[in-house]
Amino acid sequence: MYDTSISEKTVTQNSIKFSARNVQVHYGDTHAIKDVSVDIEDKTVTAFIGPSGCGKSTFLRCLNRMNDTIDICRVEGDIRLDGQDIYDKRVDPVQLRAKVGMVFQKPNPFPKSIYDNVAYGPKIHGLARNKADLDEIVERALRRGAIWDEVKDRLNEPGTGLSGGQQQRLCIARAVATEPEVLLMDEPCSALDPIATSQVEELMDELRKNYSLVIVTHSMQQAARVSQKTAFFHLGNLVEFGETGQIFTNPQDERTESYITGRIG
Amino acid sequence: MTSIAFLALFAISIIGYVWNITAVNAIRKGGNRLHSLGYFHGMYAFLVSFIPVFVVILLWLLLQGPVIEWIVAGGLPAGEYDGLGTGEQQLVMAEIKSIARGTIFGEPEEWKIAAAERLTRLYTLSSRAMLIAVVALGLGLMFLSRSKVSAEFRARHGVEHIVSGLMIFCATTAVFVTIGIVASLLFETLKFFDKVSVSEFLFGTNWEPQIPLREDQVAAEGAFGWLPVILGTLVITAVALFIAVPVGLMSAIYLNEFAPCRLRAVVKPALEILAGVPTVVYGFFAVLTVAPAIRAFGAQIGIDVAPNTALAAGGVMGIMLIPFISSFTDDALSAVPRTLSDGALGLGATRAEMVTTVLFPAAIPGIVGGVLLAVSRAIGETMIVVMAAGLIAKMTLNPLDSVTTVTVQIVTLLIGDTSFDNPKTLAAFALGMMLFIVTLIINIFAIRIVRKYREAYD
Repeated sequence: MYDTSISEKTVTQNSIKFSARNVQVHYGDTHAIKDVSVDIEDKTVTAFIGPSGCGKSTFLRCLNRMNDTIDICRVEGDIRLDGQDIYDKRVDPVQLRAKVGMVFQKPNPFPKSIYDNVAYGPKIHGLARNKADLDEIVERALRRGAIWDEVKDRLNEPGTGLSGGQQQRLCIARAVATEPEVLLMDEPCSALDPIATSQVEELMDELRKNYSLVIVTHSMQQAARVSQKTAFFHLGNLVEFGETGQIFTNPQDERTESYITGRIG
Repeated sequence: MTSIAFLALFAISIIGYVWNITAVNAIRKGGNRLHSLGYFHGMYAFLVSFIPVFVVILLWLLLQGPVIEWIVAGGLPAGEYDGLGTGEQQLVMAEIKSIARGTIFGEPEEWKIAAAERLTRLYTLSSRAMLIAVVALGLGLMFLSRSKVSAEFRARHGVEHIVSGLMIFCATTAVFVTIGIVASLLFETLKFFDKVSVSEFLFGTNWEPQIPLREDQVAAEGAFGWLPVILGTLVITAVALFIAVPVGLMSAIYLNEFAPCRLRAVVKPALEILAGVPTVVYGFFAVLTVAPAIRAFGAQIGIDVAPNTALAAGGVMGIMLIPFISSFTDDALSAVPRTLSDGALGLGATRAEMVTTVLFPAAIPGIVGGVLLAVSRAIGETMIVVMAAGLIAKMTLNPLDSVTTVTVQIVTLLIGDTSFDNPKTLAAFALGMMLFIVTLIINIFAIRIVRKYREAYD
């Protein structure tokens, strides 16, 4: 079922970007994340897999404090980005989200032009000094999002008029435009067809050169194809975390083995 | 007699219901598979006999009066009735009817008493004939539906057709009633324009709806230019919107995006209570609290303020419209997909930036629609302005002055003893017609805006 080459993927040791220790998340009375500790490396694609409702998206949303926008959500524990506690009072969540970009499950371009979609982040963070500067940032982001060639002649058309796959790459370009250090992707391909999916996956592999990527995915093939590290979540616990090749070929925990062989899920 | 007819109809329909169910259950016991359950056969019988006969009864009751009067009038002695004018004919017929009821004034002529007897006889005959017709038609329909009962008969679909027909009827009722209202308004308005020219009404800047009481009265010629009146309405509407739109928008945005759950749970119902306050109570508030307060404040800073200002009436009307606008805005904001606001927050926008740059632009069609509906409510609002606005029509834009509105004028023109053949009374209908047209245009505009931009995002 899986390409055997993944077990031989070259794994170079990169510096640690995110370091999470003993993270607990409560939604009201529900204990959604139980004591999760994980290290996420720079210039690496880390995949979170697991059955629905296992807490992988919730944990992802802790990394850029998107859970703060939900009233009943409580996060405990210690999450550090480059050694800095991101839940510290001195950290501005708004600044943090500029540094830790996010791409959502459903493509969500704003009802504005393609240009304004990408320029949104740079504008609110004041990254461009003038119009020419902004033009350059937008072009660079669209090129990084691998969508420049398709939209360069219609930057003033609404972003909502693009196809699903183009919209998702536009959203990735939009996230890239704020010059983040980490990109979080919450099931970025689940609303896309296979061709668009493979385009986005290629893009992830490309983006890995400059960013740390964390993706949540329901597709184990996708995790195997694009990630170097894989974390398996089950019922709010982090069951196993390691090299993708090892998780898929030689899992240590029997729950992981049951999941990847399709017996639970 | 009419009530007996209704009782008979009920009895027949229910008997048909039970009869069909019994019949179909017998078929079922005989080992046949039924297309429709017994209940549907019963309902079919009930509806098939009830609805047509019910309609017949209503039509009969509606038409019997005019028909009988026509017959009686035809039988009156030549020269006594047919030579009279319409009004006098009505008078004679009313006298005959009151004789028939037993109330006799003075010594009526012989032929009138004879006509009254004839009238009574015809009414008795008519109601007996109706009872017979009802029973015959009801029984006929009952047997017809009984004859259809069989294992294959699709009573289920039959019932569905009948019920959907009923629903279509109900749905079109509102449309026909609207057409009826417009027609009645139009009729009186045309009469008004017989007496006052259209151009004088539409472009005249003087509104003094008076008519001479005596032929020789001096300086009592009325003036019917609606411009100062509609101008007053517009001033008050503008004041109301000036208060309602910002407050309504801000409160909706706050409640939708910023307020903690517990505060929202208290404030939102409180706003809805504001929407439930009767307008007459707002009127009290305007007259007894707001107007004196504005006057006192004006006196303090040395401005002369009229006792019933446009500001007081419009301001209180604005308060009335706050919940209206805020609930529309709230709906429009909630309709914007959560993913959009998440996207903006995920890019590092603050909540305020997210609201102004993404959420609000996305919700604006719904908000504009709500504001326009609020405008047409403000224009048509009556009670507050009757209590708090003035009566004298002035061409002024000053909100501290006393102005009058279209609705106030309609009320004052129609109050008291009025006859419906002079321009003073008919002017009320012309004003009503104009009001109807203005609000209709605004409503159409609002609906179009809301529809046009609604599917911008899925």
